[in-house]
Amino acid sequence: MEKKIRTRVILIAVAIVACILGIICYPRNEQETIGFPTTWQRMKENVRSRIRMGLDLKGGTHLVLQVQVDDAVNVTVDLAQERVQDELRSRGIPATVEKKTENGRTYLLLTNIPQEKTGDLQTLVSEQFQDWDLTRRAGDPNARELSLKTSAAANIRNQALEQSKNTIRNRIDQLGVTEPTIADYGQGDYELVVQLPGVDDPTRVKDIIQSTAMLTLKIVRDGPFPTREAALASHGGILPPDTELLPGRRESASEGAATEAWYVVDRIAAVTGRDLRDAQPRPDENGRPSVNFSLTRDGAARFARVTAANIGKQLAIILDNRVVSAPVIQSQISDNGRITGSFTPQQASDLALVLRSGALPASIKYLQEMTVGPSLGADSIRHGVIASIVGLLAVMAFMLFYYHGSGINANLALFLNLLILLAALAYFGAVLTLPGIAGVILTVGMGVDSNVLIFERIREELRLGKTVGAAVAGGFDHAFLTIIDTHVTTVVSALILFTFGTGPIRGFAVTLTIGLLANLFTSVFVSRVIFDYVLSRREKGEALSI
Amino acid sequence: MEFFHEPHIDWMGKKWYFISLTLILLVAGMASIAIKRGLTYGIDFRGGTLVYAKFAQQPNLDAIRSQLKKENLGGATIQGFGPASEHEVIIGLDVQTTTSTNALDAGKRDIVTALTGLYGTGPEGKVDFNNASPQTVAEHLIVADPLHVAWKGSDEAMRTYRELADALVNFRNAAPQSGLIGNLGDLKAVPGVTPAVLEALGKDFYLSSYAVRNTEIVGPKVGGDLRRQAVYVTLAGLGAMLVYIWFRFELIYGVAAVIATFHDVLITLGIFSLLNKEISLTVIAALLTLVGYSMNDTIVVFDRIRENVHLNKRESFYDLVNRSINQTLSRTILTSGLTFLAVLSLYLFGGEVIHGFALTLVIGVIIGTYSSIAIASPILVFFYQRVGKNRGGVRPRALEREPAAVRR
Repeated sequence: MEKKIRTRVILIAVAIVACILGIICYPRNEQETIGFPTTWQRMKENVRSRIRMGLDLKGGTHLVLQVQVDDAVNVTVDLAQERVQDELRSRGIPATVEKKTENGRTYLLLTNIPQEKTGDLQTLVSEQFQDWDLTRRAGDPNARELSLKTSAAANIRNQALEQSKNTIRNRIDQLGVTEPTIADYGQGDYELVVQLPGVDDPTRVKDIIQSTAMLTLKIVRDGPFPTREAALASHGGILPPDTELLPGRRESASEGAATEAWYVVDRIAAVTGRDLRDAQPRPDENGRPSVNFSLTRDGAARFARVTAANIGKQLAIILDNRVVSAPVIQSQISDNGRITGSFTPQQASDLALVLRSGALPASIKYLQEMTVGPSLGADSIRHGVIASIVGLLAVMAFMLFYYHGSGINANLALFLNLLILLAALAYFGAVLTLPGIAGVILTVGMGVDSNVLIFERIREELRLGKTVGAAVAGGFDHAFLTIIDTHVTTVVSALILFTFGTGPIRGFAVTLTIGLLANLFTSVFVSRVIFDYVLSRREKGEALSI
Repeated sequence: MEFFHEPHIDWMGKKWYFISLTLILLVAGMASIAIKRGLTYGIDFRGGTLVYAKFAQQPNLDAIRSQLKKENLGGATIQGFGPASEHEVIIGLDVQTTTSTNALDAGKRDIVTALTGLYGTGPEGKVDFNNASPQTVAEHLIVADPLHVAWKGSDEAMRTYRELADALVNFRNAAPQSGLIGNLGDLKAVPGVTPAVLEALGKDFYLSSYAVRNTEIVGPKVGGDLRRQAVYVTLAGLGAMLVYIWFRFELIYGVAAVIATFHDVLITLGIFSLLNKEISLTVIAALLTLVGYSMNDTIVVFDRIRENVHLNKRESFYDLVNRSINQTLSRTILTSGLTFLAVLSLYLFGGEVIHGFALTLVIGVIIGTYSSIAIASPILVFFYQRVGKNRGGVRPRALEREPAAVRR
């Protein structure tokens, strides 16, 4: 008996030491070096860095956004439309191709197909457009609908989501936000949650995340014109083939004031944002903020060829389908370029950042924004700590009052329960939130339940006239299954909560679950050891203080 | 000490009282919900904008209201928050006023414009210390160099002032200032602040008389999704419990426990409606916790019933349930009492942010305890008296076989 207690006491001591070390000096990752605290100050710092706090406690911004993945599908359909037209022309199938959107479904409508060519069309689609379905159109024997296969569209959507996530992560990293979170959110609505600790004015960050930053460089065929109508009129109402009309701005030489301008540009881009190797904010020769970019080897080769062939013409620098500037090509350019425009220094550096991080494949819509100021977080921590301590003391005082000597036992177990909970939070890097603190308090309340169950059972056994030793053993044995059942139900509801909630609520589910699991160890094992120890020191016939 | 020494209360005999009490609570709650045309949802379910602002003086709510009207925010709600001495106000906008899909934060910007309109901007060229980040404060201090450390090199100066700025901002954020200081002279209390530092701060900073402490903006889509999800998740929770208890006990035990727990959720929602409290996301979290807690409490009683069924096969099920409740009564009262103490402390000291959460648990602990005795157990008795005919307990078939063995 003596010896068995000793091994169990050693086990508990090891657990306590491990927990304390976990809270004060266990490094969370391999790069981190955190020494054993030698001063009280260091100790406080260590504890603070071990316990990761949620946004609601340390302040920051929480954003939920939706990636408009249908944009990416749209782009695919646009590109396909051009390809279909080219292919039809080269195979001699006369047909008109239109893009249609009905009830959220985008497809290409092919009309005026001669009967004898429908077979050729079918062959074309099965050879060149494997991701597409060709279907008859009700009421028109000479028309076909060409739509993306569901699986292909889903693929494009998922890729757009992944790519957006990476782009957003790049941008946030470059802004220097520490420990941001970017994760999927909700169920299959292409939503992301972005958490930015320490950011309490999210306006700029939001703009940076949101900018699609689609950069293209195209040769200007005609323009600028003051209005859209003027541009169309000069071409007799129809644009030349393979060109498009884009809005932009032109700086008037006199006062630097910009006026609206329209450019007719090539439909095919000379280079795009994908060909960028780097982009940096640099002042131009007049000291105005601008962005210098350099191109990848492929991009540079293409750019050199295009610029060499178009010396004397204007090159439109197009950002998100707007011409920001259209300098004249003086000579062949290969791998370097500059974007000027009327930027502020901040805008120039933000533009460089978004260009570096790559374009978003789809636009973004914000659904939710929450900002917690650091002062409110500090208040919440203070309130939470006060409530925890008051709750803990009230429960401990009551246990002592009601169970006397065994109350000490329960309180030791409760204390160890909280210690393990904190250590587990530190080890796993789990996030402590304000509802998480509530979870700690609830653990205190529900944690002593196990002790109450056991103690009440021991009292019952004693009333039945059993010896102290038998009563303690009986109490633990009988209460054990009940404790398991009650813990399972609570942990199940906590786990369901975890899958439902985000941020703060997950923090609650995590602390409650860990707290209750730790409680199994402390109330069933530790409490028992303390009882056994007390019993082994007890003189024969002495009553148990319970 | 002991509260109950072997009580002999006929709980099942009081079932009509219980049923009346439950009906009164349920009907009152449901009537309140019906009269108020549904539950009042918090911003996270409803969608809209909330701005929490703290003011240096007692804010004039009427002045704020009329200023908001000038910004075309006539529909805004304004209410005090926390203890009156804290001068805190929540300004809320419904989702209709802010549904502009491109600019989710349009409502927030309008509110801030209105507050600036009312409380004025600071002197030209000065920065508001109450809304400044440590970075901003440090940058200004480096330029002014009140501690004369620039000769040590720029890295050293940067480090010194960054630390000082952190300390200043932490002082501002900590209680009792809680984000708002009224006088730059108060910063004297921060270690390392010299009169020269105060002077430098005074040159570059002013103090606005309000600070925005917190904003929440929820688009309409998120709100609708969440409401649906909250219902699913509560039902999923109950379903999981039903399966577990079915597996551990018997189907009827699971059904009784789930009905009792569902009753707790309904009554808590009803009380929320009666008290005009909003249902927010954290309240739903608390409701799910309540589901776990109420189950927990019911299971303790059921466990004892199951044990007694095994031990004593002659007693009527009615008496057996009474005896089981009485045997566990001491534990029930103690545990609920202690959990109640813990959540009451959360309610009283946990601060405004967590109020709804704590209130749900305060109500829930009481109702959850009541329902194990007054709802779940009577359902079992009713079932075995009217429907089941056999004596209940685990594995009824095994029980039926045993009396035959005795007869032989």
